[in-house]
Amino acid sequence: MLQTKIKILANKKIAPEYYKMALESPEIVRTSTPGQFLHIRVSNNSEPLLRRPFGIHSIKDTGEFEILYRVVGKGTALLSKKKAEEELDVLGPLGNGFKFPVAGNETMVLIGGGAGIAPLFFLAQKAHHLRQIIVLIGGKTKDQVLCEEEFKKLGIEVRIATEDGSYGHKGLVTDLLNALLHTSLSIFACGPLPMQKRISIFSSEHNLSCQVSLESRMACGIGACLGCAIKVKGESTTYKRVCIEGPVFEAKEIMWE
Amino acid sequence: MNPDLTVDIAGLKMKNPVMVASGTFGYGEEYAQLVDLNSLGAIVVKGITLAPRLGNPPPRIVETPCGMLNAIGLENVGVEKFIKEKLPYLRQFDIIVIANIAGKTVEEYVELARKLNGLVDGLEINISCPNVVKGGLEFGQDPALTYEVVSKVRQATRLPLIAKLSPNVTDIKVIAKSAVEAGIDAISLINTILGMVIDVTTRKPILANVTGGLSGPAIKPIALRMVHEVARVVRVPIIGQGGIMNATDALEFIIAGATAVAVGTANFVDPQTSLKIIKGIEDYLIKNNIHRLSELTGSLQI
Repeated sequence: MLQTKIKILANKKIAPEYYKMALESPEIVRTSTPGQFLHIRVSNNSEPLLRRPFGIHSIKDTGEFEILYRVVGKGTALLSKKKAEEELDVLGPLGNGFKFPVAGNETMVLIGGGAGIAPLFFLAQKAHHLRQIIVLIGGKTKDQVLCEEEFKKLGIEVRIATEDGSYGHKGLVTDLLNALLHTSLSIFACGPLPMQKRISIFSSEHNLSCQVSLESRMACGIGACLGCAIKVKGESTTYKRVCIEGPVFEAKEIMWE
Repeated sequence: MNPDLTVDIAGLKMKNPVMVASGTFGYGEEYAQLVDLNSLGAIVVKGITLAPRLGNPPPRIVETPCGMLNAIGLENVGVEKFIKEKLPYLRQFDIIVIANIAGKTVEEYVELARKLNGLVDGLEINISCPNVVKGGLEFGQDPALTYEVVSKVRQATRLPLIAKLSPNVTDIKVIAKSAVEAGIDAISLINTILGMVIDVTTRKPILANVTGGLSGPAIKPIALRMVHEVARVVRVPIIGQGGIMNATDALEFIIAGATAVAVGTANFVDPQTSLKIIKGIEDYLIKNNIHRLSELTGSLQI
């Protein structure tokens, strides 16, 4: 983990509300594993006050990496206005990433929705030489289906589901999972909470290994403030910190509300 | 010549006036990779209770304009585990360690003080946590209870004693005077201010605890006013805190009458804040040809 100023190389809109930002830091590229996140200060003053967490989306051997984000509030709106050559104060890499490769000859199924696809591409970059990967992308509409081409360029099969049927299968990503049940699978998911919950329940019903990357309201990002607690299963109620015990958890650990 | 930044809080000789506030710096370990702990004036560790506490259900925090609300609910490992597992780590450093203690009853505060006697450098009596059902704030809102807690803890330990007071009172001076009469050595001002945020789509509060404590730059003017008020009526040192983000903020507190300052929420924003403030205070003293920080303390011109 380090705190450093990093130069922005590019910041581009890739879909309505969605942006990709390229940054340069050989150190972060060298020390990060898929699923880890960066805690980025988006403002030099006190508004907005707190850093924003972003999963690492992709890396290059040249020391460049990308984040992929959706403009959802003040912080990400400010971020979307940043230009190449500007610098960002970045803390990271933080947290625990995905555990891979998985045991045996299981196919890795990567399931993402919206900006949740972000850390899964980095996972695919690192894992596609090791295991067969299938990527399932889900969204409410076609606009939320991101990175299809990037995965295909890695030679990875991509299947798509949209709730309104505007692209791919009409329905939920879990429908696509059903069609894969004849092979032995290990699931890696990131996306909106309802989707993650659905995938987790599906996985436990079918006894599949499943890792989820969670988001939470977060302040420090390094385990000190205890703000990002989530409920985990146990004999009695216990909490874990998304920032340091996560953000990737075994789905079966989580007490879904 | 470098100006003299040392301060004395109840016999604690700090190398500079910049502390890190309870609840914002964990047990030190979390920040050790990013901040040279030896450079800090003191660390006040996360509030400790007798038994471990789970804390409140999430969501526990929410950002607000120039600030944040928290309702952590004093999640902590409990005093035994603190002594066994957290304190030894901190003890490797050349840093003054102050334990923030929180009880549900006067007896619990006393018990905590006894257990920590001789193991830490000082105690900060937390009678101002707004996010727990019992104890905390109820002591800090009542001058008689403040007196009782402080005097009983005073009898139980010879450690330097700091009372962390709540801004959620009508007249902070009354509470501060009670703490001084009961034998307190120093006063931390201020803890967070009670607040809430509502999600209009669900009509529910964002925090599961409904209310939380507001911190960050939004509360600085209030904290500063309270330090100013209390500095005029008590003679014990004041540790000013509440929204300090930079050296100028810290200097304002010192000029208002604070002997030392504590950096809280700013640690989340930029872990280097306390170190930058130490440097900034030093630069200010050099620029203004002030040889000792103490010359600046309480130098407010009205």
